[in-house]
Amino acid sequence: MRAGSLFRGFSERLDRSRWLGPLLTSPALLLLAIFLAYPLFLGVWLGFTNAKIGWPGRWIGLENYRLLFSDPVFRITAFNTVLYTGVTVVFKLTLGLTLALLLNQRFPGYRLARSLMLLPWIVPTVLSAIAWWWILDPQFSFINWSLERLGLIDQGINFLGDEWLARASLIVANIWRGIPFFAIGFLAGLQAIPKELLEAARVDGASPWQTFWHVTWPLLLPLTTILTTFSTIWTFTDFQLVWVITRGGPANATHLFVTLAYQRAIPGGALGEGAAIAAFTLPLLLLLSWAALRALRRQL
Amino acid sequence: MKGKKVDRRTFIKLGASLAGASAANRFIGARAQGSGQYEPRFPIEKGARLRLLRWSGFVKSDEEYWNANTRRFTKLTGVPVDIEYITWEDVRPKAALAANLGAGPDIVMGWYDDPHLYPQRLLDVSDLAEYLGNKYGGWYDVARIYGYSDVVGHWIAIPVGAPVAALVYRQSWAQEAGFDTFPTDLDGLLKLSQALKKNGHPTGFALGHAVGDGNVWVHWLLWSFGGKQVEADGKTIAINRQETWNALEYAKELYQTMVSGVASWLDSNNNRAFLSGAISLTGNGISIYYAAKRDFPEIAKDLNHANFPVGPVGRPTEFHLFTEAFIFKYTRYPNAAKEYLRFMLEKDQAAPWVEAMNGYVTPALKAYRDLPVWTRDPKVTPYRDGIARMLYNGYAGPPGPKAAAALSEFVVLDMFADACVRGMSPKAAAKRAEDRLRRIYS
Repeated sequence: MRAGSLFRGFSERLDRSRWLGPLLTSPALLLLAIFLAYPLFLGVWLGFTNAKIGWPGRWIGLENYRLLFSDPVFRITAFNTVLYTGVTVVFKLTLGLTLALLLNQRFPGYRLARSLMLLPWIVPTVLSAIAWWWILDPQFSFINWSLERLGLIDQGINFLGDEWLARASLIVANIWRGIPFFAIGFLAGLQAIPKELLEAARVDGASPWQTFWHVTWPLLLPLTTILTTFSTIWTFTDFQLVWVITRGGPANATHLFVTLAYQRAIPGGALGEGAAIAAFTLPLLLLLSWAALRALRRQL
Repeated sequence: MKGKKVDRRTFIKLGASLAGASAANRFIGARAQGSGQYEPRFPIEKGARLRLLRWSGFVKSDEEYWNANTRRFTKLTGVPVDIEYITWEDVRPKAALAANLGAGPDIVMGWYDDPHLYPQRLLDVSDLAEYLGNKYGGWYDVARIYGYSDVVGHWIAIPVGAPVAALVYRQSWAQEAGFDTFPTDLDGLLKLSQALKKNGHPTGFALGHAVGDGNVWVHWLLWSFGGKQVEADGKTIAINRQETWNALEYAKELYQTMVSGVASWLDSNNNRAFLSGAISLTGNGISIYYAAKRDFPEIAKDLNHANFPVGPVGRPTEFHLFTEAFIFKYTRYPNAAKEYLRFMLEKDQAAPWVEAMNGYVTPALKAYRDLPVWTRDPKVTPYRDGIARMLYNGYAGPPGPKAAAALSEFVVLDMFADACVRGMSPKAAAKRAEDRLRRIYS
């Protein structure tokens, strides 16, 4: 009898969305809490300790951050990360959009071209990084080899040995890898634009540029925000390209936040300091995530 | 319900392994009649089972022989050993994780200062270290430094050996440059390098973030002039001194003889450059020789090895990788773990293993320098001698977290790159390194 009324009470409560909603989402929330929120908070907390490998450490407040601000290697790293992300995202966006506009045309073999375009994106990053490492190799670079054969240079270009060339080389490799993401996104966006709008523009006598600027681009804008945000997040936290090609060298000229965090925390054993470096990515990532969510909501 | 299930399973497992162990013992006993039954030095716990984490071999035969010896151990003792092989640079993070969690492999074969990062978490292996040392001619000095912890006052690791590096050079080109024998001092080395370069055969030493090849030669050079990053007290930063400036001046001159692009070299670049004939001289493990033997027999015939020359300090100051095995205190089978390491380093097992590695790893026990592998081919001999000529990471301070951090941050390597590649004055480069070391050692 009592069990029956209990069950009735429970099922009545389930009928109210106030109860059912949280109940249904709780498994997902629990998973998120265990696998995302907990490590994230643990990471942030570690950043306030002097934990070392094999030693839990103790709370030292902002000491890690104070030390980092006075550390020239960290300052170079911060500069590198901002430069790397800023330059690559602008290029990836521009080139990705251009590629999408080209591939949106019907021409013989356009299907093949669309699949080929995806290659840099689907090849595992480590493999493409190794390929780039060979392309930029000081002794066996085919670029140097070709330029020398053509008589354009006497001595090989020191792609990875010179600080600025090394930065530029990694930026180029990252752009190459990231263009397909923008291109495929924009291509999908372009195909979703109603034909009538474009035709109406043409009937009104708009030039191709005017059509793009006044019709296509405004319609692509929400999508652009999302693509840019995601790309920025991934670029800002890039690791594999740098680690495989330069290990942050020469003279720490290509270290990014994540590679320096790894180097200090794991091979270097300074877990607390590594966590503090990694935490520097958080404010920007949070801001970008917020922007992405807003854009998504607006689009929906 | 769940608990019961696990208990039953554990019980069955335990029973099975005990039955297996006694069956194995009976079998061995029956087979080994006359030569006596296998008697462990350390009484193995019942139902013991071990997990070993180690670096994957530089040569295939390493793993083959290690596995075969392990199988023999299992057959004799009934203790199964699961071995996980991973890339050598990945051992540190994995071992660190185990140390932090208090769970994971029972035994780890790690590198450099690894055991000194968490000495309190490691089993005291003094009895085993002393037993092996007494039986096999003693440990090399450097082995004791890596294996013994002053912090806890006992042995925390069993030294295994050093993958030694040596100078690899083209004999015919050296002769052409007027050197019939390889120079044994720094002055001679520079003259040889300059002559080689003049004849169109530049040298090449890694100045990028090459964990092995880069660190090895810059530390040797720094120490050979009497330079060091820190005093023996582990506190006084000693890098910004005359000795370091001299080493950097020398390196700048040596850099003039190098092929272009060394600033970006990682560990494998010099192997490729040497085998392609782009360079005439470099510092490396024995791998170039074996690659040449396999794919470029003419180069193999012409190349030779020499130990790194002695500098003004008057004694050898080489720096090599170093590997040691350590047991975590959390292991449920400390005796089985010690017995396994003892078994693997006894001559019956170690000798064929070292032979099979063809000189890649030089054992830390002196008796193994008499193995034929070191003299059968005279080109291998310098790799035997390197271990007696080496200092340890973080010299002259103690090994430990700070020394490990300085090495992983490439402080010394970056200092040489600053002076050689980026044209900084020796004093400015040393000052920069001093600032970085001060942070690490503070």
